[in-house]
Amino acid sequence: MTATQTATQTVEIKGSPARGAEPVAAAAPFVGRAMPRVEDAALLTGVARYADDLPVKPGTLHAAILRSPHAHADLLGIDTAAALAVPGVAAVVTGEDAKRHASAFLVGIRAPMEHWCLAIDRVRHVGEPVAVVLADSRYLAEDALDRIEVRYRPLPPVTSIAQALEEGSEPLHPAVGSNLVNSRSFRYGDPEAAFARAARTVSVEVEYPRNSCTPMECFVVLADYDAAEDSYEVLSNFSGPFAVHPVMARALNVPGSRLRLKTPPHSGGSFGNKQAVFPYVVLMGLCARVAGRPVKWVEDRLEHLMAATSATARRMRIDAAVEPDGRVLALRMEQTEDCGAYLRAPEPASLYRNHGNLTGAYDIPNLALTNRIVVTNKTPTGLNRGFGGGQLYYGLERLMNRVAAELGLDPLDVIRRNLVAADAMPYRTASGGTLDSGDYRATLEQAVREGALDALMARRDALRAEGRLYGIGYAAVVEPSISNMGYITTVLTAEERRKAGPKNGAQATASVAVDPTGGVSVTVASAPQGQGHRTVLAQVVADVFGLRFEDIRVNTDLDTGKDAWSIASGNYSSRFAGAVAGAAQVAATRLRGRMAALVAAQLNCRADDVRFAGGKVFSDANPDNGLSFSRVAAAGHWSPGTLPDGQEAALRETAFWTPEPLKAPTDGDHINSSACYGFIFDFCGVEIDRTTGALRIDRYVTMHDAGRLLNPLLVEGQILGGFAHAVGTALYEEYAYGDDGRFLSGTFADYLVPTACEVPVPVILHRESPSPVTPLGAKGVGEGNCMSTPVCLANAVADALAGFSVDEPPSLPITPAKLAALIHPPEPPRPAPAAGMNEIPPPAAVKGGRGLTGEGSREVPATPEQVWAILLDPKELAALLPGCEALDLVGPNAYRAEVVVGIGPVRGRYTAEVALSDLDPPKALTLTGSGTSALGSGSGTGHVTLERTAGGTRVTYRYSASVGGKVAAVGGRMLDSASRLLIGQFFEKLVARAGGSAASDAHSARPPSLLARLLRILGLNR
Amino acid sequence: MPPLTSPETPPVLAAETRHAVSIVLNGKPRTGHAHPRLLLSDFLRHELGAHGTRVGCEHGVCGACTVRIDGVAARACLTLAVQADGRRIDTVEGLAEANEGRMTALQEAFRRHHALQCGFCTAGILMSLTDYLGRNPKPTEEELRDMLSGHLCRCTGYAGIVRAVMEVTGQTMKEVSHV
Repeated sequence: MTATQTATQTVEIKGSPARGAEPVAAAAPFVGRAMPRVEDAALLTGVARYADDLPVKPGTLHAAILRSPHAHADLLGIDTAAALAVPGVAAVVTGEDAKRHASAFLVGIRAPMEHWCLAIDRVRHVGEPVAVVLADSRYLAEDALDRIEVRYRPLPPVTSIAQALEEGSEPLHPAVGSNLVNSRSFRYGDPEAAFARAARTVSVEVEYPRNSCTPMECFVVLADYDAAEDSYEVLSNFSGPFAVHPVMARALNVPGSRLRLKTPPHSGGSFGNKQAVFPYVVLMGLCARVAGRPVKWVEDRLEHLMAATSATARRMRIDAAVEPDGRVLALRMEQTEDCGAYLRAPEPASLYRNHGNLTGAYDIPNLALTNRIVVTNKTPTGLNRGFGGGQLYYGLERLMNRVAAELGLDPLDVIRRNLVAADAMPYRTASGGTLDSGDYRATLEQAVREGALDALMARRDALRAEGRLYGIGYAAVVEPSISNMGYITTVLTAEERRKAGPKNGAQATASVAVDPTGGVSVTVASAPQGQGHRTVLAQVVADVFGLRFEDIRVNTDLDTGKDAWSIASGNYSSRFAGAVAGAAQVAATRLRGRMAALVAAQLNCRADDVRFAGGKVFSDANPDNGLSFSRVAAAGHWSPGTLPDGQEAALRETAFWTPEPLKAPTDGDHINSSACYGFIFDFCGVEIDRTTGALRIDRYVTMHDAGRLLNPLLVEGQILGGFAHAVGTALYEEYAYGDDGRFLSGTFADYLVPTACEVPVPVILHRESPSPVTPLGAKGVGEGNCMSTPVCLANAVADALAGFSVDEPPSLPITPAKLAALIHPPEPPRPAPAAGMNEIPPPAAVKGGRGLTGEGSREVPATPEQVWAILLDPKELAALLPGCEALDLVGPNAYRAEVVVGIGPVRGRYTAEVALSDLDPPKALTLTGSGTSALGSGSGTGHVTLERTAGGTRVTYRYSASVGGKVAAVGGRMLDSASRLLIGQFFEKLVARAGGSAASDAHSARPPSLLARLLRILGLNR
Repeated sequence: MPPLTSPETPPVLAAETRHAVSIVLNGKPRTGHAHPRLLLSDFLRHELGAHGTRVGCEHGVCGACTVRIDGVAARACLTLAVQADGRRIDTVEGLAEANEGRMTALQEAFRRHHALQCGFCTAGILMSLTDYLGRNPKPTEEELRDMLSGHLCRCTGYAGIVRAVMEVTGQTMKEVSHV
């Protein structure tokens, strides 16, 4: 804990009826202490039960999902007969079944765009579910996937925000008619006047990439359907928000009471992502209904990376009206959000979540805003640690940095000059947020002091004097927590909102019960994903009852059929510490009041004077004459008749608590989008290696004011974890796609999660300004660094690159390649191709990142006429093509081939259409092919020339190809070497067939050495 | 490192048949049945019911499924169950069992230093560390981080893990690089 220092600040608690009026138990409260977790023993010894560890009913079928290899295509037909014939397969479920038994999901905006749990007539992203095989084991189900034949007609893919905004881009949802599916403009204050009077305008334009927090446990769904009651029972590691429960129930055509959803005792992380399991809850419910048996599905990592969920990509332009001293008078913002193929609940949450704090930690009273939502042929987006915040602050904090750069000011001074003042708290932002507490300026100065910024600046000077590239960056953000259930409706017009009815609040629930032995149990609907909710709730409730920490049992597995929950329940928007722990405090305090009433007469005092401490219940006036807590508990159960009339003995209390300041959006579109706003100020020093472009985080200081800290150990864990995610976002991780929408990051060797070698330990500093809004004064803390850290690092990179006249640092992730390209002059052009290649026309350029090109030549000991004859004979050609199992002539010089190809970890059977053209016997021909398989699709062109030589024939070839689907996603690193291997095999056979020994020359396609392949797999030698 | 290789002439196993696989799991003999293609991770979890070993990627990168095969840390997702026949397999469930039912010093240190949150990666990390610290009882922080880079953890930022191991090996973690 040496990196953590805490300074406390006394902030006047402004009156709020919600705040618990009574102090917690006087003696040594547990709240505020760094208690080790009650969760850990089970997790460390392996007995913890995650969703995939729970028992299944006998006869349960295992599901495997067939997914689209195309980014955008019409779905023409599905033939499941061969899959159904595989032994062990019980059913194959398609969009036809979905139409029969389910409905499309509700969408958060008014637009005719349908999203179903299975594709109906069109696929809109690679990985979209198309069919499900249900079999006796997962292995068998996956076998059968390869037997399903799907006919697609590819459509032009839309793969970027810019393309989606183009007039002629192919609409994903034809009924909408445009890929710009929503646009709203907002005006707060008088931005035009502020821009007119400001000294100058400073602008920034940035794009934020797609990435995801990728929890280590993937999605799990166990579903069963009860035909007698027309009801579904599903267990899933769904994280909430339970506002999605009605969406699932509607999609299954049942009322919410007939979708009983349970969560497991442990979950392997979420970071928002497990919200996105909900379409699969519906899909597996459908499967169970169709098959008439229980169904289990466990998502694999490729499925998760390719198709689970993603943070939104966002393009952002901000203009600032600034005074010469750096004071910002107004902002003009344009945000364009890429939500992927479907606007899936709760989107457009990512775009609107920060609506009340668009001006960040700054006092900027005038704001003009345009929010646009576009759809693209990529995975639908959703919640992801810091959702919307990383995107917003990347633009805003880059802007503040640019203001300093363009005015020649110290960036820290620009931040200082614009921060909301302490005496303005609670501060109402231009767009309607209420920043609830904090002294941002004092917090910043404390961080500068305790984080030793002066020493860091001296270090920068010293290293720069040595010629090294060193930069310092800053970021100041407010961290929203406890989302207002009404904020997403800001996407609707006031008129539309009136029709739909008001939405507001953030109802949290907690139940506390005391059993006849005095045992206390707490149940909540917070769906913890590893954060330690059970520990904190035990601290809170132990304090209320004056019991030991270990006396409190907390159950967090949820059953919507029995437990108290509401739409705001779940694990998202950092709502636990403020809302859920607060609700538990409220429930426990009420129950304590009831127990006090139960014993007041016996203790000969008023109920208000009954105290609970040290396991005893006693009168304040006579502490020695007390009862044990368990005795009082027993009385509540055994002698309810002794109570005065009108008093309840029931020793169970359920509290529903909602933050008072969370109202629905006003007609002027003002919205307090979150209950609490913490403050974060970060600074860091980074060094960029002049040779390699590698970035090293030299020092990182992160200062948090998250209100009252309930458990500093867990708070530190949240900050460290959020910081690690942010480092990944900033430097390594991206969901990469080819221009044609192929997905390219399907393994953890492609999607680079930072390891212990890449994540430094930041200096963590605290200040505590209790929130006046929440019962315990706590605010959320887990997401903040995902908002502040990426842009803080980018600002440091901008500082380090100050000498290179680049306005903007490279887009995230800031990789060594991008930095090296800025540092170094352009590379010299490639040398001219080998002699003899010039007469061959270059192959058509392949769009997309997993394109392959290659060239080479081979000496074959046969005449060109002989070689020509071999190439044009289907039987001969079939023998030459590696993995070719059948080759049928389907037209003049056109063949259909069955080819089995293995690339890296995957192996698949392709049905390929092959055609020979540009025939110039016996000198040249062109070979064109395209194929599809369960692993995806591929196409390519090869030009072959035959040249007579002394020893026979020189065969020269040049090819270009592109590969999509699963092969591109997981085998991309190996495609080049694999294709060389296959071409090598082709020529080995050709040489052998032509009667010679396998002689090769400098351009030969020898398989790469094991070392070279290993290096390539590790990404060291692409 | 004892090689996990097949015998000189590996037995030919019929693909469609479930073969008996006998292992010594955490000191106790266990027998189950497996098709030749069944992964060791699936065998442990779903055939023998030893759920402590978690599966995070099934392509050998994340390290969550790490177990010890004849003492050596190995990815259970890259090992076939039939390869493990006749071998000693140690999993996270065996750590406390072998310590008279109490958590080991390493497990206790993980708890004290909040070296886990969701816990999904933890079993694999503990199994790798148990093997590694046996061979290198006092690694430097750099060596330790290098070894840990074979495991992905999304919750902790690795700080608590490093701190816990450094404490167990009688060292302290360097908190900040300089200044």
